[in-house]
Amino acid sequence: MKNRSLVSIDDFSTSEMIGILDMAEKFEKQPVRKLLEGRVIATLFFEPSTRTRLSFESAINRLGGKIVGFSDAASSSVTKGETLHDTIKMVSSYSDLIVMRHPIEGSARYASEIATVPVINAGDGANQHPTQTILDLYSIRKTQGTLENLNVFMVGDLKYGRTVHSLAMAMSRWKATFNFISPEELKMPDEFKLYLDNMGLKYYEHSDFSEIISKADIIYMTRVQKERFSDPMDYEKVKNVYVLKNAMLKDTKPNMKILHPLPRVNEIHIDVDTNPKAYYFEQALNGVFTRQAILCTLLGIKL
Amino acid sequence: MKEPKQLVVSAIQNGTVIDHVPAKHLFKVIQILGLDHIDNQITFGTNLESKKLGRKAIIKIADMFFKDDDINRIALVAPDAKLNIIRDYEVVEKKVVVVPDTIIGIARCMNPKCITNFEQVTTRFRVVSKKNVALKCHYCEKITNQENLEII
Repeated sequence: MKNRSLVSIDDFSTSEMIGILDMAEKFEKQPVRKLLEGRVIATLFFEPSTRTRLSFESAINRLGGKIVGFSDAASSSVTKGETLHDTIKMVSSYSDLIVMRHPIEGSARYASEIATVPVINAGDGANQHPTQTILDLYSIRKTQGTLENLNVFMVGDLKYGRTVHSLAMAMSRWKATFNFISPEELKMPDEFKLYLDNMGLKYYEHSDFSEIISKADIIYMTRVQKERFSDPMDYEKVKNVYVLKNAMLKDTKPNMKILHPLPRVNEIHIDVDTNPKAYYFEQALNGVFTRQAILCTLLGIKL
Repeated sequence: MKEPKQLVVSAIQNGTVIDHVPAKHLFKVIQILGLDHIDNQITFGTNLESKKLGRKAIIKIADMFFKDDDINRIALVAPDAKLNIIRDYEVVEKKVVVVPDTIIGIARCMNPKCITNFEQVTTRFRVVSKKNVALKCHYCEKITNQENLEII
């Protein structure tokens, strides 16, 4: 069998995904396990992403693996004009697995075809970021006790936010109901709505969520970025509609949790941080456990 | 007086006739099949009247017979094309083209941020719709539809 890579969330079947979540649970109980002793993991970040890189490096370190790589294309051979093809060929021979972040879409799939070792996509442009989706699934299952039949609210930039696209597609495997809350300019693209239609799942679109917030099991917040609006006036009109404040949470379900892929700017008011329903910082920590599980799974290591 | 029925493009003795090519895609078909690089005798007519297509083109290639996999490559631009295999001035076989499930190395991905537009990668698509052709890029996962289809 050709070595296994994780490029897109669809690369894992539902049972494989559950296997990863179960393994991540074991890492949460005992994070330090020297399962990657003697192995070298390459972390190639062709564009900076501090959070994702540190999360991966933390995961690798806790597994006792060693890291080679770069955190910025400026400090790599790319500046000398080397192609991605050649970089991946070379790094394949230096490492047992490659973690790659690259601004060009499809670069991860391409790298996985060239590499002789497994490749983990840590984000390829606006396309895929599967490890984020898996950590989101882990956070949802952990806080709700299940992935089945949940009411998922997605708020903010649903047009460009690849995390919400991947999460919506992944959650559709467990019969979720979706509420999409966004300004008109940043609505969920038709292709994803069509996907949910074909799966026979219900979704509702709103421009404001203060009325319906009591139904949510999960509120997934994203950042509404000013630069997405062609008219700055439109941004001014909506910028405060998609800000979550503590006062809005009083009628929400007891099991409800707030997730956010981070970084946050102002879309979750800091007065929410101390509310037990705020889960975004624990969510980030879960990223380490799920990445430990993904690394081990792709290298064929069992617990 | 009744118009005499005559051939606008003269008959061939042996070879392949590709009929019902949309007129606007004639040169793409020629390009895809590499007809501009062969020494066979080729005659074609374009902007001919067609009830089905409005304006069609027809190509007659002498002494040339295609494999199905090769001819199906034109399905992207000429989905209604019909082939007549000619031997000794007689039609001995008729074929239609079939849009394949995967398209390798013919079309360009319309996403300017796709890796296939940056490095020398052979493009690869899964055909997600055969009627109004829509191709999903194997790499960037974006859809290229008929209107934006560009043949490499």
